[in-house]
Amino acid sequence: MPQVQEKSDLISSPPHIKSGDSVKSIMWTVAAVLMFPAAFSVYIFGLQATLVTGVCVISGIAAEFLCQILMRRKIKVLDGSSVITGLLLGMSVPPHIPLWIPALGTVFAVVVFKEFFGGLGANIFNPALAGRAFIMLLQPLEMSSNWHLFPNGSVIANKLVTAGNFTSEAFLSITGATPLTILKNGEKFALDYNFSIENIYDFFITNNILQSLIIGNAGGCIGETSALLIFAGGLFLMWRKIISWHIPVSFIGTMALAAYIYYYNTGNPLPGFLTLIHVFSGGLFLGAFFMATDTVTTPLSARGLIVFGIGCGLITFLIRIIGGYTEGVMFAILFMNAMVPLIDRLFKPKVFGV
Amino acid sequence: MNLPVPQVCYIPMLQHTGAAAEPVVKKGDIVSEGELIGRALGEDSVNVHASVPGKVIDIIDSRFFNVQQKTVLIEAEGAFTTTGSSPSELNDWRNKDTAILLEMIRTSGVAGLGGDAFPTAAKLTPPDGLKIDTLIVNGAESEPYLTSDDVIMNTYPREIIEGIQITLKIIGISKAIIAVEDNKKPAIRALNEAIKHIQPEEKISVKQLQSKYPQGSEKQLVYTLLNRVIPNSEPPQNSGVVVINAGTIFAIREAVLFNKPLIDRVITVSGDMINRPGNYKVRMGTRISEIIEECGGLKGVPGRIVIGGPMRGISVDDMELPVIKSTSGILFLSDKETCNGDSVSCIRCGRCVSVCPSGLIPRNIAGAVEKREFDLAASFHPEACIMCSCCSYVCPAKRPLSYLVGIALESLQAEKVIKG
Ligand code: SF4
Ligand code: SF4
Repeated sequence: MPQVQEKSDLISSPPHIKSGDSVKSIMWTVAAVLMFPAAFSVYIFGLQATLVTGVCVISGIAAEFLCQILMRRKIKVLDGSSVITGLLLGMSVPPHIPLWIPALGTVFAVVVFKEFFGGLGANIFNPALAGRAFIMLLQPLEMSSNWHLFPNGSVIANKLVTAGNFTSEAFLSITGATPLTILKNGEKFALDYNFSIENIYDFFITNNILQSLIIGNAGGCIGETSALLIFAGGLFLMWRKIISWHIPVSFIGTMALAAYIYYYNTGNPLPGFLTLIHVFSGGLFLGAFFMATDTVTTPLSARGLIVFGIGCGLITFLIRIIGGYTEGVMFAILFMNAMVPLIDRLFKPKVFGV
Repeated sequence: MNLPVPQVCYIPMLQHTGAAAEPVVKKGDIVSEGELIGRALGEDSVNVHASVPGKVIDIIDSRFFNVQQKTVLIEAEGAFTTTGSSPSELNDWRNKDTAILLEMIRTSGVAGLGGDAFPTAAKLTPPDGLKIDTLIVNGAESEPYLTSDDVIMNTYPREIIEGIQITLKIIGISKAIIAVEDNKKPAIRALNEAIKHIQPEEKISVKQLQSKYPQGSEKQLVYTLLNRVIPNSEPPQNSGVVVINAGTIFAIREAVLFNKPLIDRVITVSGDMINRPGNYKVRMGTRISEIIEECGGLKGVPGRIVIGGPMRGISVDDMELPVIKSTSGILFLSDKETCNGDSVSCIRCGRCVSVCPSGLIPRNIAGAVEKREFDLAASFHPEACIMCSCCSYVCPAKRPLSYLVGIALESLQAEKVIKG
């Protein structure tokens, strides 16, 4: 019989078994899942996309490592959280952005919004989003241009012929933008170039815009492109019980419902179609499945998570459709991040037997 | 399956929850199998009997399970008069007074075999004025890994039903619910078959439960089956329920039918590191080292050796510890099974919150304790904790949550004592 007495760490408080999940395994699983849309973006945008996300990941890791050395903290780079931050930030910038901007954003995200707050677990805002907000304010123009001008093969820019009613000037300003920008500025376009808003809808429909958004070959940020891949990744994380359904469902559901009600009540001829464009475009999927589900910066209880998701959905709707910005996912999540302590206080589980 | 009788039995005087029994034998005495060797001191104590016939070779001061207590060592010799021969005549319990039946249980030293080893006679005599209406027979295994109740229900369904009938008579009620987890279909079938033969006025039913730990804990059971919430720090009797586990029902029957004292029990031997896991009938006082040997030895050094279940049991490193009435199982866990890792910062994943059966926020209680803010911790209701350890089990940051909640609870109790 082996000598059990020789082992020194046999005694512990219960439980004596623990689940196989660890912080590390969770983080690296998320990072691995994010690799799929990241890899797909290379196919869509070319090597430039890899360069952007690669630079972000590397600067994230380096920044965390240096920071932990300088702050004399335990080195925890291997927990994988800055890899996620780097990936998310790299995936939420335009593909042709000058590299230094997302790199700076990542460093800022990791150093200021994670390490200065006390490291992983103590941060209030999702680091990637906070970093993105930072560079958005720093370089607003670079962050809202530099889209990909699909030279050939892509849907939006490809079929000049079908764009019968547009002047070439109007066409360029449409195709150089993301579908959301077009929706947002539709009225203005129509006025400027002397055509009706219905022409734009026709343009969307004849160009199979929904299909492009779902598959991923429409203009947008690097990782925003394929709603399908992001959805699949999200489902996988749910199956692995790493994220729960509460936030994605309540976030996207609220956004869709609010948009539909709005379009319907304003007499829009295609409320369902426009709602779907909103659902599948921009950062909604990436945000709802990968950013708003960051456990550190979201509520604890199931009810709290649903409230959080509803809040995100409403704010996104307000910013995107009523407000002045094209994209509202980022600010919506950041704003709700700040609400978490309040939500946690209001939505506690009921204590049994009290 | 019976394990062989050990050469020397180590029989501690405290095998249950409550006060230790007092030895009534001395060194050199010859005892027969099942003879009384420790007398219960009061209502919360339990008689202890010789598990083997033989000679008392010593009475030692031991410190088993962190309690200073006397332990009687018996060297086996002579005839097995209690378990060796089948009883020639069974007691006719139906025509006996309940007081006599209760006394038989008390004399036989029956204690809860689910893990807490609460004196059964005391459980069956609720304080005056309390009206009991339901007996819940807990056949939902108290913890993962443990399967001894399942085996007993499967092998002896009729005996279990008879045990329930006896228990109902003692309490003076007619309604019993046998709670079995829904993944134990054979046991459920066997029990339902056995129920067909009872009188219609006895309302014994089998209820299936979701098989999910901590379903077998008393508070959860009473809530799931009867929709009654047992207030914190109150026993289930106050809610009109007596909860007894299936193995104990079996022991009650043996005590009443053939005056058999509780000298053996079924334990689960399991874990990746033991060569022949299984359920074994073991005599009280058999030491772990002997059990290891009889079960084919270990495959290697275990990461943890646990007496009881993996969630609430205690880890031990002393292989000379004996099996006692409260020993529901002995687990030899590999490092792969224990999944211990370094504890890191909480990532607020909420898993501890969603898993807590008491509706607590373990991370907040633990966080307050770590900051030594005991008043804050106490305000989060640690008294509702049933010590199921689910929170620590699921925590990906491997934080010792249930342990810290336990500290919050202790400080709360200390506070009460200080304030009077
Ligand atoms: S041990 Fe943890 S999960 Fe279980 S009741 Fe206590 S706080 Fe809740
Ligand atoms: S399970 Fe662990 S990591 Fe998750 S919220 Fe609870 S304490 Fe934090």
